This record gives sequence, C-alpha cells and structure tokens, in this order.
Amino acid sequence: MTRRRLVVEEIARVEGEGALDLEIEAGQVTVARLRIFEPPRLFEALLRGRDLREAPDIAARICGICPVAYQLGAAQAMERALGLCIEPSVRALRRLLYCGEWIESHALHVVLLHAPDFLGYPDAMQMARDHRAAVDAGLALKRFGNDVLRTLGGREVHPVNVRVGGFHRWPRADELDPLAARAAGARAQAVELLRWAARFDFPAIERDYAFVAMRDAQRYPLNEGRIVSSGGLDIDLDDFDRHFVEHQVPHSTALHAALRGHGPYLVGPLARYALNFDRLPAEVQALAREAGLGPVCRNPFRSILVRLLEVVYACGEVERLVADLRRAPAPLAPALTLRAGVGQGCTEAPRGLCHHRYAIDATGAITSARIVPPTSQNQASIEADLRELASRHLDASDEDLSALCERAIRNHDPCISCSTHFLRLTVRGR
Amino acid sequence: MNDSVADRLVIGVGNPDRADDGAGSLVAAQMRALRLPRWRVIVRTGDLLGLLDDWAGAGAVVVVDAAAPLARAGAIHRWTPGREGLPVPPRPRSTHGFGVAEALALAEHLGCLPPALVVYAIEGANFAVGGAMTPAVRRASLALARRLGAGRGVPLGAARAVPVRAP
Repeated sequence: MTRRRLVVEEIARVEGEGALDLEIEAGQVTVARLRIFEPPRLFEALLRGRDLREAPDIAARICGICPVAYQLGAAQAMERALGLCIEPSVRALRRLLYCGEWIESHALHVVLLHAPDFLGYPDAMQMARDHRAAVDAGLALKRFGNDVLRTLGGREVHPVNVRVGGFHRWPRADELDPLAARAAGARAQAVELLRWAARFDFPAIERDYAFVAMRDAQRYPLNEGRIVSSGGLDIDLDDFDRHFVEHQVPHSTALHAALRGHGPYLVGPLARYALNFDRLPAEVQALAREAGLGPVCRNPFRSILVRLLEVVYACGEVERLVADLRRAPAPLAPALTLRAGVGQGCTEAPRGLCHHRYAIDATGAITSARIVPPTSQNQASIEADLRELASRHLDASDEDLSALCERAIRNHDPCISCSTHFLRLTVRGR
Repeated sequence: MNDSVADRLVIGVGNPDRADDGAGSLVAAQMRALRLPRWRVIVRTGDLLGLLDDWAGAGAVVVVDAAAPLARAGAIHRWTPGREGLPVPPRPRSTHGFGVAEALALAEHLGCLPPALVVYAIEGANFAVGGAMTPAVRRASLALARRLGAGRGVPLGAARAVPVRAP
C-alpha cells in the first residue's frame, strides 16, 4: 500500500504556533491536521482576579493586529454584566475604531500575505517590484487604518482609549475631520485593489461551509448584533454556550470549536458576507457583482475579494460615522455600580466572530474568563479545506501539494497566514 | 542648509522593555536629549512597516536596531543598504517577523529608500521581557549616540557591512 506523509513543521506566528500533517494512503487523505503546538498564553488565567476595568487593556494584548476585537469584546461583556446602557454615540465611535482595525488588518493580509499566492511570488517584497501600485495602495490603506486607530485609540498597536462604559478621551472634531477627508480616497484605492484582485486566477473549489457570523439590526456587522448561521441559527450572544462547544484535540493547544449538532463551522469574511450581503450598501453589492461574486461565496480563495469589499465598506463607514459623530456631543462617562454577575460580549474581528464571557464578583474582580477567538473556531474548517484540496490534487508533487495547503491556510486568517510563510516541508514515505 | 530644517532623522527600533532590544530606543532617547538642530528622532517599537512612512521626505536617515548575538554583546555593525543591501531571511517572513531588513527590501522595490541611509545593528545578548540591558550593550548604545550627535557616522556615503566598533 502506498503511504505518503507530508509534514509541514513549525508554523510560527499563528495565533499559536503550528504545523501541518497530511497523510495519504491508497489514494485517500487519511489525516489532515493543523497542529498548533505553542504553549497556552494563559490570558484567561491572567484576567482572573483582575479588576473588570482592566479587562479591555489586558485583552487587547492578545493580538497586535486586531486588538480592538479583544478590547471591545471585553468592554462590552463588562458593560452587560453591570447592566450599563451604552450611548449610541459611544457605540458609533467604537464602530469607527473597529473600521480602522478592519482596514489595516485586511489591507495587510490582502497585499502582504495573500496576493503573492495568486501572482506566483514568494512574498510581497518580490511582488512589489512588478505590482508597485497595488502594494503602494495596500500600504496606504494600512496607514489610513492605523491612523484611525491612533486618532481614536491613542496608538495604532494595542490602543488604550477604550474603557468600560465608553472612552477615556473623546476625540475632537478637528481630529475626526481629517479621517473623513481621507476616507473617499482610501475607498477609491480599495476599489482599485478589488478590481486588480478580481483578475486573479482562483482555484475552482466550492466548500459546503456552515457559516456563522453576527447580524446587526441595520448594518453590516462589526461591534454588535445577534449571532446567526447559514443553518438558521439566530441567537442572542448570551446563548453562545448553548449552541457552540469548545473541545480539546490532541494535536492542538488551541481549542477547537463546533456548532452543536453540526460540527465544524466557519467564521470570518466569507461567513459575514454570506449572512449579511443584504446589509451592504447597493454600491458595494454592485462592486461585488463586478468582481464576480454572488451574494454567497463558498470559494475560500476568493475571500481576498470579500476582504477588499469589506475595506471598501469600512472606508465608507468612516466617512458616514465621522459625519454623525461631529454632531454628537461628548457623552458623559457613566458611573460604574459594581455587582456580581456574568457578562458576555461578541464582535466581528477581521478574522471572524470573537466571543467573550466573564464572571465578576461584587467587588468587580473577574472570577472567570473565557475568550473564543476566530482562529480556534476555524481550525476544523481549515482542516476540512486541506482534506478536500489534497484529495483533489493527489497527483501533485509534494512541493506543489504543500504549496497548495499553505495557500489554503492563508485563505482564512492573517495570523495563520503569517505563519504559513514559515512552513518547512518534510516528506516521509511515498 | 537652514539649520532649522530637520532633514536628518534617527529611528531607534526596539522594545525598551525587552532588555537589549532597547538599544535602538536608548540611542534615540540620547539623541533626543541632545536637541540637535536638523535632527528628528523617532522610536519604533511596533509596526515596522511604518518605517516607510517615517523616513518619507528625510534627507539622511540613521536606523538603529538591536541584533541577535553573532560575535559579542555590544558589537556595532554598520550597513549602507543602497550598496550592500541587508541580509533578508531566506524564508518569507510573517508580518510579525517584519523587521528592518524586510522594510528596507520593500522600500527598495517600491523606490522609496531615503537618499542617504545607514543602519546600525548593536548585538545583544539578552532579550528577556523585563530584563536589564547588558552593560556592554548600554555602553555601545551611549557611545553610538555620542558619535551620531557629534556628526560622525551619519550617512554620507557607502560603507561595508563590517563591525566598526567592538567595545
């Protein structure tokens, strides 16, 4: 019996470090594992015993690319635990902050990590030689996103301005206006990148994902809403535990997640887009059609297009939100009345749904914390992608199959994508 | 040249809370304290893609970063990238591993390298979070700041990538 084993070791700098195991026996993929072996970072344990007001800044340290996801999820959870009513202007400013994160994170992933896959370059540096305009546009978008973060959050990496109940400091109109003034230009750059990427040659694959994302009452989801799925789920974020379960697998120090009664599911741009296409403005929907996308996209390689659509949308949101916020007076910070309770928060990180659950005691100390990041939720779906892709390309060389698997991982997550650039391939047994 | 125009830039790269990784930050802090005309000072502790924005419009740029041990702690290496280039890791790096070398490579391909640039790398020995800076690295950082402050070692021409000083 022919046995073929591909081991891709040391995927560093994921949300965890990992490797890839692929085993093929008698023409069948028998093993497709994304091994994440980084020691646990213990953020949840680190949060226990800390004052609830510290949670946003501590949680933000989980990720340098998407700190807002963790910061806002933690703040939202604490506010729900305390029964705080958050003013619309605060929610709008948080949405604006989140737009900055989406723009910088997506731009980084699209241009520096993902696009080289489609154009045959080993990295963005090499790609820049021949596609300078695209790289320039991507870097300009990243700069714009960073500037939104810096303006509202105090700094671009691990911003520090979010607090339970609102913001430490409300931005002045003369700080917001330049962001709005640049938004139209940034949006135009994103549209050009979308048209550029739409010409890529995408591998033909359609995956039968169970999509899970948030759904906002009115707009494309960012920092609030219900949790919905392509299977008809529609729940309050407090019901997360009734429908989703995390479990350990031997090959990963990151918990896998499953939708109860179903199994693996996918969060992130493809899920958001499929479940919220009707929430996109007509002009963004038209751009999607121009790029060859219908209202649902099941080809993970085309996620690059969805990310760019989300950048286009976020740039438009910056302009709209600044116009709204200019008219809003700085809200008064609500007084916090401490009480024991449980609070849950959920937002749409660039990579997908990010859920938080905290218990606090009557003194405001955190007694338990659990954070479910998008990467862990997507692991099982990524493995299913790998299995299906490998099954379709069994005749490929080890090198080509390995490269395809790296691309499959990069389709889903900037942090995993980063790491997969480090892949080292070892072939054992043919 | 009008001395009020800050056309020279020193960028200290590194995390001052990680022992010897703070060498670049220390050099930058020393330069800032000197309040030299024509010099701007920036500390970069996070996203090094921002280097491309930092040096936009600058005439002469000095980048100081800590380096992994090679010979001994405190050894200073100098590169003039336009001539020698910088060693880029053989494997493409993640954005987490995007360092000075990658920023220079990207800038070169985008045609936005500063007209005059020199990179100093100070070899470290200890990069532990919260650790103290190795004395030799601290001495080297202070010495480099003094040299730069005295107008020596600023980018005026090409140089070879060799150690120029080992305290």
